Amino acid sequence: MRQDTRMEPESQGSQTVEAPPPRQPAPADAVVLRGVGHAYGELRTLEGIELELPAHGVLGLVGPSGCGKSTLLELICGLREPSEGTISMGGATAAEERLARCAFMPQRDLLLPWYSAIDNAALALRNQGMGRREARAAAAGLFERFGLSGFQASRPAELSGGMRQRVAFLRTLIAGKPVLALDEPFASLDAITRGEMQEWLAAALRADPRTIVLVTHDVEEALYLSDRVAVLSARPGRVVAELSAPRPRAAERDAAVTDPAFVAAREEALRALRHGSRGS
Amino acid sequence: MHDRGAKGTTRWRRWLFPAVLLAALIALWQLACSTGAIADALNLESFLVPSPAEVASALWENRGLLAENAWVTLREMLLGILAALVVGVAFAVLMHLSRVLRDAAYPLIVASQAIPIVVIAPILVVWFGYGITPKIVIVALICFFPITVNALDGLRSVDPETVKMMRSLDASRRQRFWRVEAPAALPSLFTGMKIAVVIAPIGAVFAEWAGSSSGLGRLVQSDMAYFLVDRQFATVFVLAAMALALIGLVALAERRVVTWR
Repeated sequence: MRQDTRMEPESQGSQTVEAPPPRQPAPADAVVLRGVGHAYGELRTLEGIELELPAHGVLGLVGPSGCGKSTLLELICGLREPSEGTISMGGATAAEERLARCAFMPQRDLLLPWYSAIDNAALALRNQGMGRREARAAAAGLFERFGLSGFQASRPAELSGGMRQRVAFLRTLIAGKPVLALDEPFASLDAITRGEMQEWLAAALRADPRTIVLVTHDVEEALYLSDRVAVLSARPGRVVAELSAPRPRAAERDAAVTDPAFVAAREEALRALRHGSRGS
Repeated sequence: MHDRGAKGTTRWRRWLFPAVLLAALIALWQLACSTGAIADALNLESFLVPSPAEVASALWENRGLLAENAWVTLREMLLGILAALVVGVAFAVLMHLSRVLRDAAYPLIVASQAIPIVVIAPILVVWFGYGITPKIVIVALICFFPITVNALDGLRSVDPETVKMMRSLDASRRQRFWRVEAPAALPSLFTGMKIAVVIAPIGAVFAEWAGSSSGLGRLVQSDMAYFLVDRQFATVFVLAAMALALIGLVALAERRVVTWR
């Protein structure tokens, strides 16, 4: 059973890394959450979450710290089972199936220090059974596209924070999965690098759209990178507002975030966030 | 270039300062012996308090005997450390993979350290005879603990977020072990090995005291009857030098293997 679900992203994975970069959209799944709740023992972290994300859509999840954003992301990924409700990903609802269809990018880059940058990036392909040389060749194409050429053999410790984060994103993307789950991908970076990386990610997603769930505490980041933003309340986390990010957006981040429609959406999201943090 | 220079200086200082202190201590010892200060204070014959120069000459005169016995003890140490490494790593991996085993065995392994090895040594000689076997077993027993505990710590040091990342990137349990946990455990394993090679001579000497016909521990013991204190000191020197050489070897291996630190 598991074998079947794993075969699919594997074969698709090797397609997406073929140079030249894919023109048609990569495989993507719709994600639907129905009445999802979660508790750690007595502690209720999430309650009655209803969310719908179309294939190739980008959903931003924002909320006060400790509201269960990261837990929600792990539930979606299939790293945990919800205490109640169902999560479906391309029709699959079991946690094992979701895990096979979703690639998780944790908050810190967590590159393995004993591997070179390219071996870190190719990790998923190696796990899926590809030989080392083939996996490296597949990752090498993306290295160029992501502005990392020349750093293939570098150890993670030799890379800057922004580059490490790019390798970590590449590692997530190369898995060839229909859904990507990003947990505060740029939280550890300084403000300038964070802005650059947001611009970079937006461009990478335009070139290679996937279904993305993005957790962040930064409303602006969520609105800039997502199609829709769900605002969660303080624990137990509930969706207190769902808004569409203004479209079309300027590719340049500074231009995009100063657009009046964007500013209005940000104000609305912040209002919802403030309202939700007060708790109930 | 500047970086390398700075590093060179640091390495210099790392060697120079202890060397100067050691030279000063040896000079002080020499002075205390040649003036007869220690022997007088302890009310001893002066041959019972050999000076560094006398120890050095004992070392030179007995070089054949010392080398012969050093080889015996070194073999016991190396085979014991090897046995501890194999069994310790296997145990650490099993305890890492099985929570039940870890919960059951870990407290016992810690408690086993309360058993004084000196007391067990004669029993093991009764069981295994006067050959090399009881020595290997005793060295292994004493080295087992630091190796196992450090290896297990290393295996468990993997960030839970890394585990989630690996699971989500289609890693099987086996791949998670070989690609993440095993390399993550290597630095701790080397730490355990460094402790093991330092305490291995203790095990070997105890084992020889419990019953043997050769080895540095045995030599120190038999020299007791003839008050050959200078040769005893020379023997201690050889034992310490062997432990230091082994630490150096482990450190060298660590630098070759753990290239990411």
